[in-house]
Amino acid sequence: MNARPNDTPILRAEHFTKYLSGRKILDDCSISIYPGDVKVLIGPSGAGKSTFLQCINCLLEPDEGEIWLGDRKVDVRNTRELCELRQHVGMIFQDFNLFDHLSAEDNVALAPRKVRGMNKQEALKRAHAELRRVGLEDKARLYPAELSGGQKQRVAIARALAMDPTVLLLDEPTSALDPELVGEVLTVIRDLASHGMPMIMVTHQMEFAQAVATEILFMEQGRVIEQGSPDELLAPGSQTRTQDFCVRLHDLCGGEAAAQE
Amino acid sequence: MHILSTIIEALPYILEGTLVTLLLVAGALSVGFCLGVPMAVTQVYAPKPFSRLVSFYVWFFRGVPVLLLLFLFYYGLFGLMGIDVGTVGASCLVLGMTSAAYQSQIFRGAILSLPTGQLKAGRALGFTDLQSIRTIILPQALRLSIPGWSNEYSILLKDSAMCFALGTPEIMARTHFVASRTYEHLPLYITAGLIYFLITLAGVTMLRRLEQKVRIPGYNTAGM
Amino acid sequence: MLDFLDPTFIFDRAIPYLNQGLLMSLGLIVPASLIGGFIGVVMGVLRVFGSPWIRRSVDSIVAVIRGVPLTVQLMILYFGLPSVPGLKIYLSPYAAALIGFIVCTASYQSEYVRGTLLSIRQGQIKAAQALGMTRWQTIRSVIVPQAIRRALPGCGNEIIYLVKYSSLAYIVTCIELTGEAKILVSRTFRPTEVYLIAACYYLVMVSAATWLLARLEKALAIPGFGVQK
Repeated sequence: MNARPNDTPILRAEHFTKYLSGRKILDDCSISIYPGDVKVLIGPSGAGKSTFLQCINCLLEPDEGEIWLGDRKVDVRNTRELCELRQHVGMIFQDFNLFDHLSAEDNVALAPRKVRGMNKQEALKRAHAELRRVGLEDKARLYPAELSGGQKQRVAIARALAMDPTVLLLDEPTSALDPELVGEVLTVIRDLASHGMPMIMVTHQMEFAQAVATEILFMEQGRVIEQGSPDELLAPGSQTRTQDFCVRLHDLCGGEAAAQE
Repeated sequence: MHILSTIIEALPYILEGTLVTLLLVAGALSVGFCLGVPMAVTQVYAPKPFSRLVSFYVWFFRGVPVLLLLFLFYYGLFGLMGIDVGTVGASCLVLGMTSAAYQSQIFRGAILSLPTGQLKAGRALGFTDLQSIRTIILPQALRLSIPGWSNEYSILLKDSAMCFALGTPEIMARTHFVASRTYEHLPLYITAGLIYFLITLAGVTMLRRLEQKVRIPGYNTAGM
Repeated sequence: MLDFLDPTFIFDRAIPYLNQGLLMSLGLIVPASLIGGFIGVVMGVLRVFGSPWIRRSVDSIVAVIRGVPLTVQLMILYFGLPSVPGLKIYLSPYAAALIGFIVCTASYQSEYVRGTLLSIRQGQIKAAQALGMTRWQTIRSVIVPQAIRRALPGCGNEIIYLVKYSSLAYIVTCIELTGEAKILVSRTFRPTEVYLIAACYYLVMVSAATWLLARLEKALAIPGFGVQK
């Protein structure tokens, strides 16, 4: 395990509670990230996983809870501090959200230019480096509509990396992809993980989660109900909700995948 | 209170003009429909020279202001052609011909939005092309056209106000007539504006009802 | 009509005459589309991002203006305002026509701008925020460039409408192309020729505007952008 409880975590989200139209979507959820951590959130749909993730960089403002960046508490009402938090926390969306009016390289270069004040050439150079890292340097001039889903998601990853994030949030990065395109995106993510990029990821790719996660958090009805290393939670016969859920997921998807082949 | 009595006195006279306005709009919509549907079909299915002709017509009537067209036809072309239809008839025809240009494009868009398999299916059943267009394509295309059509109604209603330049006795002409005698311009024009506003609202609501009524279950006209 | 389409009449009499009208028409169309377009954008932004109270009031102003013929609005401005006791606003024909056109164009333009702003996907805004952009940076770098491209066809159409509706200035005795044509007809009794030539002026203006807008759209085009799914 990489977690060293004595050190300060890079990012800490504590006691998050969130109501949406009167319903409690998140109920006292906490998470902390240490260098090298890959934390995977799993759970049935509607469990609040995406909400939790979006609260961490305040795309949704939590009703209660605190965010700590290192040993500093972030005041999310303060625009400057909020923007700074978001620069430190990269985000990958389920449906990519590439800027439709910009080419791949401009998508990656936009934030370094506007937010970090790089000049255009410098930003483009950086963009090309990041695109090379995800294997898309030859597609730099293409627009989002000209890319496949997997390529779009890789550009989105490059876009997040260009801001030198200290933590990466991934919100079901492969759910909107055709099955044959999932692999290329997972390869990039696995590569990042092996280089020690801290991440929090929501996913249904259980085998992938088991392979790269340092910790799994199982969520249900807005709460984190189980938390531990994949080996603990997913051991056959461990009698955990996580294991139970994964077996059912596997029966459903695994059976389907077998039928497709 | 003097203003109010002026308006009340003038109201029957202006409301008579409302009938003329409605007649103009109904007439123009019908003329536009009768010309617009064949024009759309020609533009989509007929050989090049014919569709070019329709394109020219559309270009001309969409590029020239209605007011100028009213003058051109009423004072010029109708006389040359020996047609005497009076101010109401001329207004109706000119608005109708203009509307035909716009309506043909509404129908054309609707026809083009239908899947091409529809015509093929008709042919496969042994229909002639004209039969398939009449019994398969048009019933679908016309349903899709209703939203565009209701827009055309409110445009025509507003354009009909220009016809007072010919002396057509519709709302505006009558309002102007009363106003220039009583010098109560503002309240009278506001009354006229209110009448237009109410007729627009009524018409659009009615057309929305029609749309509901002819809707085919599961057939989506939204977003057209 | 023995000498129908007589070249001497057309070139020596009609065209110089109508050219004057054309100048007046352009003097109405250009400022009205620029000022009206600007106000329209402001109104459109207010209708989307304004407080509920502002949104509702701008919405209802636009609904009224769109529901009443431009002819009526021009009559109110030119004949109606001076009749208000105590107020007595006298507008020149040119001012009345220009104000009427600006108000009308602005309302219709705001409708396109509003629709466009609403059509920008929430995800685009979220992605910008997630990268640490401020509200203003998001608006400038993401929302505006996308909105301009989406709104261009509609707003361009509105300018073409304005070219044609500028003929209504004749109603408030602002003598532009249509007005000059009418006067020339009353002097020469050649309605068909004069009105046809005037029609050609409008056709040229409308076609030129259409062409220019298509060029602009093409210059700003981005592969695959704006194709609605």
